[in-house]
Amino acid sequence: MSYGPLVVMHDLNFEIQDKEIFVIMGGSGCGKSTLLRHLIGLQEPTKGSIHYGERNFTTSDPSERKSFSKRFGVMYQSGALWSSLTLGENISMPLEESAKISAKTVKELVSYKLSLVGLSGYEDYYPAQISGGMKKRAGIARAMALDPDILFLDEPGAGLDPLNSRRLDDLILRLRDSQGSTIIIVTHELASIFTIANQALFLDTATRTQGAVGNPNELRDHSANPTVRLFLNRGELPPRSHE
Amino acid sequence: MTSRISHPPAANWQRDSDGLILELSGDWKRDGPTVNITSAATKIAPTRYQVEKLGSYDSTLPAFILSLIRSATGYASAKDKPVPSLNGLPESLQGLLTLALSVPVEIAEQTALQHAPGILKLGNFTLQVWKSIHSLLDFTGQTIYALGRLFTGKAQFRTTDLWMVIQQCGVQALPIVSLISFLIGLILAFVGNVQLSNFGANLFVADLVGIAMVREMGVVMTAIIMSGRTGAAFAAFIGSMKVNEEIDALRTFGFSPFDFLVLPRLLALVLMMPILTIYANVVGILGGMLVGACVGIPPILYWTETLAAVDLTNSSLGVMKSVFFGAAIAICSCMEGLNAGTSSAAVGLATTRAVVASITMVIVLDSAFAAIFTLLNI
Repeated sequence: MSYGPLVVMHDLNFEIQDKEIFVIMGGSGCGKSTLLRHLIGLQEPTKGSIHYGERNFTTSDPSERKSFSKRFGVMYQSGALWSSLTLGENISMPLEESAKISAKTVKELVSYKLSLVGLSGYEDYYPAQISGGMKKRAGIARAMALDPDILFLDEPGAGLDPLNSRRLDDLILRLRDSQGSTIIIVTHELASIFTIANQALFLDTATRTQGAVGNPNELRDHSANPTVRLFLNRGELPPRSHE
Repeated sequence: MTSRISHPPAANWQRDSDGLILELSGDWKRDGPTVNITSAATKIAPTRYQVEKLGSYDSTLPAFILSLIRSATGYASAKDKPVPSLNGLPESLQGLLTLALSVPVEIAEQTALQHAPGILKLGNFTLQVWKSIHSLLDFTGQTIYALGRLFTGKAQFRTTDLWMVIQQCGVQALPIVSLISFLIGLILAFVGNVQLSNFGANLFVADLVGIAMVREMGVVMTAIIMSGRTGAAFAAFIGSMKVNEEIDALRTFGFSPFDFLVLPRLLALVLMMPILTIYANVVGILGGMLVGACVGIPPILYWTETLAAVDLTNSSLGVMKSVFFGAAIAICSCMEGLNAGTSSAAVGLATTRAVVASITMVIVLDSAFAAIFTLLNI
């Protein structure tokens, strides 16, 4: 992954299992969001490829890639809500675009998606009228609009109060269990990582490569990479457990 | 390979000794057929659900159940009511619905105005107009105060900013000012020639173009170009700074946004507008001269006739007006930028408002000047 001549990350090699919650973590500026942009096809890797099942996403032709990416739901860091549309319209637009759905069903779906993120009744509000945390939650509701197979969330918990952060973790777990969605999250919120993640990838800023991949609890206690243990123990480096 | 047959979704109300039962069946898909609801709709949430015949489903099913529960009497806004029974539903659905029901519905108040009676809307519109006038007067007052600080050496702004803005609204505006002024001169000459040639007086095309350009068209067209080009850029720049909280940061450090943002733009436009106006006048006259040459008026004769028609008073009127137009454009566009909201859409709105306000103000001022000059017999 690079921006022009600047190589952001190299030698990344990891697999994400179906129906798991996979966290991409690392220090600020390590390239977590850039990796996410590569995974959803907004940026091309300089070398290598990204596969979804048997499909090589990187070498797919644009129309094939476009149709495949309809299975994605993406929440961007700032929410990226369309500011000229109300929250309801932000969610209903992709729904109406995806299939011929009755107005009643669209209304019910919009209400349901907003309720899931604790924004019941905010259908007629514009993004400018709500707080940053609410925008983020509305962004998640929009990402879930089409019941995506793969849900990408870029720093979903940042800027949320503890109650809403907890609620979000709960929602993510329930989405995986009820819809069987694969959820890929960029975050460095340790509490969330330990609560929800099945697997985690640590991006190392110093070496510009992946520091470790595995279950976050195991990485915290047993990782061979001290930077990973340091990160997951909030800067304290306990002796490595060899169990 | 067998493909599963899709069954239409249905919701069937039943009653037994436990109370109301809602039997859900079929495949509930977003792009599937409409739900078939049997028996009369009820205002009571079901006590139990039967899902034995339920096929595959997506969010359509929980969305339908949520809507059903919300429409049940008084449930939408109930903060202290217990979560209604979700018995019988698949466990995963129960979890999602519990989550969705855990926060009460916010009653959106801002939609109330949309349904307000006409008189209330008129009242709100009047208040908005009054507020706009008040805001413009307030802003103009603050700008004059900032100018006072500038002349007493107390204003804080970076001279480099002033030079940047001068470059932006001066040199960089020359191509578009040249094109428009040349075309305006051309059009005036064409129209004038058609009429004046009827009387064999087509030499007076030079008088028409010269006087029209230096008194009105040169300055007004330059002002309109600057409103659309530079005014919009000012509003967008300052509006973006507002969105990014850069203006709050200026205030926090004790810098006046007026000194830092408004003064350089005001000075730059006030300095550049007269120069651009003189330039536009000359280019417009050249445009007229080209048409004159095409219809048989020698350029030397055209130029001599122009010099005879356009005196110093006529020329200075347009240039004098350009100072006021420049100030009006700077004030309107900076004001709209500083009054912008905090979303990206607000920047677009501020830019539109800035252009509309600037052009309106230019035309209003020009009308006022026309009336004054007529009264003074100039």
